[in-house]
Amino acid sequence: MDKTNINNTTPMEDMTIGGTIYNAGNSREVKTGDWRSMKPIWISEKCKQCGLCFPVCPDNAIPVGKDMKRTDYNYDYCKGCGICAKVCPFKAITMTEEGVE
Amino acid sequence: MAYNLKEVVATRPSRFSEGHKMCAGCGAPPVARMVLRALKPEDHAVIANATGCMEVSTFTYPYTSWTDSYIHTAFENAGSTLSGVEAAYKSLKKQGKSQEDTHTKFIAFGGDGGTYDIGLQSLSGALERGHDLTYVCYDNGAYMNTGIQRSSATPKFADTTTSPAGKVIPGKAQERKDLTEIMVSHHLPYVAQSIAMTNFKDLYEKSEKAIYTEGPTFLNVLAPCPRGWGYATEDLMQINKLAADTCYWPLYEVENGVYKITYKPAKKLPIEEFLKPQKRFKHMFKPGNEWMIEEFQRIVDKRWNELLRLEEMTNKD
Amino acid sequence: MSIRERLSGNEAAATAMRQINPDVVAAFPITPSTEIPQYFSTFVSNGAVDTEFVAVESEHSAMSACIGAEAAGARAMTATSSNGLSFMWEVLYIASSLRLPIVMSLVNRAVSGPLNIHNDHSDAMGARDAGWIMLFSESNQEAYDNLLMAHRIAEHKDVLLPLMVCQDGFITSHSIETIDLLEDDVVKKFIGAYKPEHYLLNSKEPISMGPLDLQPYLFEHKEQQAQAMRNAKKVILEVADEFEKLTGRKYGLFEEYKLDDADVAIVCMNSTAGTTKFVVDQLRKKGIKAGLLKIRVFRPFPAEEIAKALSKVKAVAVLDKAESLNAMGGALFTDVTSAMYVNNVHVPTVSYIYGIGGRDTKTDDIEKVYNDLLEIVETGKIDNPYRHLGLRTKGAEK
Repeated sequence: MDKTNINNTTPMEDMTIGGTIYNAGNSREVKTGDWRSMKPIWISEKCKQCGLCFPVCPDNAIPVGKDMKRTDYNYDYCKGCGICAKVCPFKAITMTEEGVE
Repeated sequence: MAYNLKEVVATRPSRFSEGHKMCAGCGAPPVARMVLRALKPEDHAVIANATGCMEVSTFTYPYTSWTDSYIHTAFENAGSTLSGVEAAYKSLKKQGKSQEDTHTKFIAFGGDGGTYDIGLQSLSGALERGHDLTYVCYDNGAYMNTGIQRSSATPKFADTTTSPAGKVIPGKAQERKDLTEIMVSHHLPYVAQSIAMTNFKDLYEKSEKAIYTEGPTFLNVLAPCPRGWGYATEDLMQINKLAADTCYWPLYEVENGVYKITYKPAKKLPIEEFLKPQKRFKHMFKPGNEWMIEEFQRIVDKRWNELLRLEEMTNKD
Repeated sequence: MSIRERLSGNEAAATAMRQINPDVVAAFPITPSTEIPQYFSTFVSNGAVDTEFVAVESEHSAMSACIGAEAAGARAMTATSSNGLSFMWEVLYIASSLRLPIVMSLVNRAVSGPLNIHNDHSDAMGARDAGWIMLFSESNQEAYDNLLMAHRIAEHKDVLLPLMVCQDGFITSHSIETIDLLEDDVVKKFIGAYKPEHYLLNSKEPISMGPLDLQPYLFEHKEQQAQAMRNAKKVILEVADEFEKLTGRKYGLFEEYKLDDADVAIVCMNSTAGTTKFVVDQLRKKGIKAGLLKIRVFRPFPAEEIAKALSKVKAVAVLDKAESLNAMGGALFTDVTSAMYVNNVHVPTVSYIYGIGGRDTKTDDIEKVYNDLLEIVETGKIDNPYRHLGLRTKGAEK
């Protein structure tokens, strides 16, 4: 996917007509991680890879590999809603305040 | 093939990208993402979206969260807009003008405002005309995008900004419209009501059936709104479960007129369990307002019993 | 070789649509344009066209379905009148902002209320800022010809805007005239295949259309539309040239009828131009130098050209078949006078509102306008520039 080269300094001649966007899925360039006030911490040792947290993330911030296993959060997008921590039956996800270690 | 959550997530990449601006904890993105995962990976989709939270947050120029083709025109016309796209597809295929070797599926997303209210006519028309498309309503029970105004999907007594719970009027005065039943009355090949629950099996299977059943199909999916309902964002899946376990939001499908309730709670919970965690129903728990909870329970029971009867009736022969 | 046929204006429009053979037609019945989808669905039923006909449940859905179809990569057409166009109003703007070259046949009728099914131009005037190219047609022949040229204009890469072809409800839509038709294959060749650059059904390039377009972007997108509208003028003339080579019928931005040496001139649109031409001829026989400027292209408005064409006359009357309720005159009048002003043309000009709700406009009425203009020329006085033609009042209007 080409990087979106339109921003609020782009002259009208270089903007796409009708507001149509040709790079599908380019919202990935928008990092929403800075919305976060609470941060999920994945404790891999406790994780049983049950999968319950995979589909609940509104922001697709839980990467799942072809091996059907999750890895650590994609904090570029995680907004810190905490749904994943709440559905985990094994307490493998804890919520901590953003910026506090 | 039996549903396997982990396999579905691992082998069917998200077609609804991150970087969107839906609120933290919004109930709609997990729904939209799972609906789209029901598409065969090799199939292309054209998605129409009614104006609403989902539209303004997923396609703010110059960024789109959709990896399929997507069109938004206005609030009330996702049904008719998509019917035009589908008619074009049919026409170009028939004439041999299409260079496409892939299958294209047509899916509309609309909130309850754009579906139950302002878009009902356009939706009804599109379904009656028999276009091969799937309309998905993500029902959060009010006009959330404009700041929580009541819609015809808002449950009775709910406190919204245009049905405020005041000294004289205790929230919304009317019952919800039963849109799913209105859709059933269009005699569609497939209509279903679902929710994102536990491993999303119910939602995935219904989405797959809806998308791959020829003709117009309809899915009504409850999609809680933490802001509008007044609960902590992390509680999404608990709220969903309570909606199903209290039978507030029955999970069922109607295939060619035959009803099947797809989830019958082992123990049907009292409606308070669903109402209590939500601020929009807070006034119902004040002393002296017990009648409101009782009435709410009566409404839920009546609908649930009707559904049980319909299931029994339509499965007789 | 052309074919001569006796057709009503609606039949002429439907015939043009049959020859265009669009991929999708979505329409809803409304008097007086109903016959167009009626005739057209017969073509569909009999296999005379390849079109998917979408019998929508409202005009709002007709335009929405056209938007969906055109965005998908297909040619989409519709027809409507009056309140039908009003009901489309929201989506008319969306069609043009998405830069979709949809073509519509608009059979002009009064907009409610009160309800009236007869001809005036209040429907079209209500949509004049919607970003659509608007062509007006004096006769059945022009309604047909304008539709044949429509896609070539709308789909041009420098334009990409929707286009409506207007004709007068009942007056031309339901009157039979002998017209020259082109052969089907000639039309097909003239119009060519539709090949959009980006479209929804292209799985190799999925696109997103219709964003939330905030403060940093909407202004520029609107200006892109405005430029496309300005570009349309040149394209309209190029297409007209090609059409003339094919048919011998000449079209410009407007028609000047005995205007070059005229002292007094009327500016009007659609079928009233026919009545006016007759009156011009009569007056010319009496030695009165009357002329006519008949607008064909109302959007884009050919301001400079109109100002120049009117620069040598001594008085002008602009006839509006719609009441703008703006306390200053009709919409065409305000456009024409503003065109003259900014182009430094100073000719006494008056506005006439006429023919509202299908009120008959006779040759006597038109003659009265010319006589009024002659009086303005003679006295140098306008008195009231906002006038009405054929309106019942107590005593003379002042």
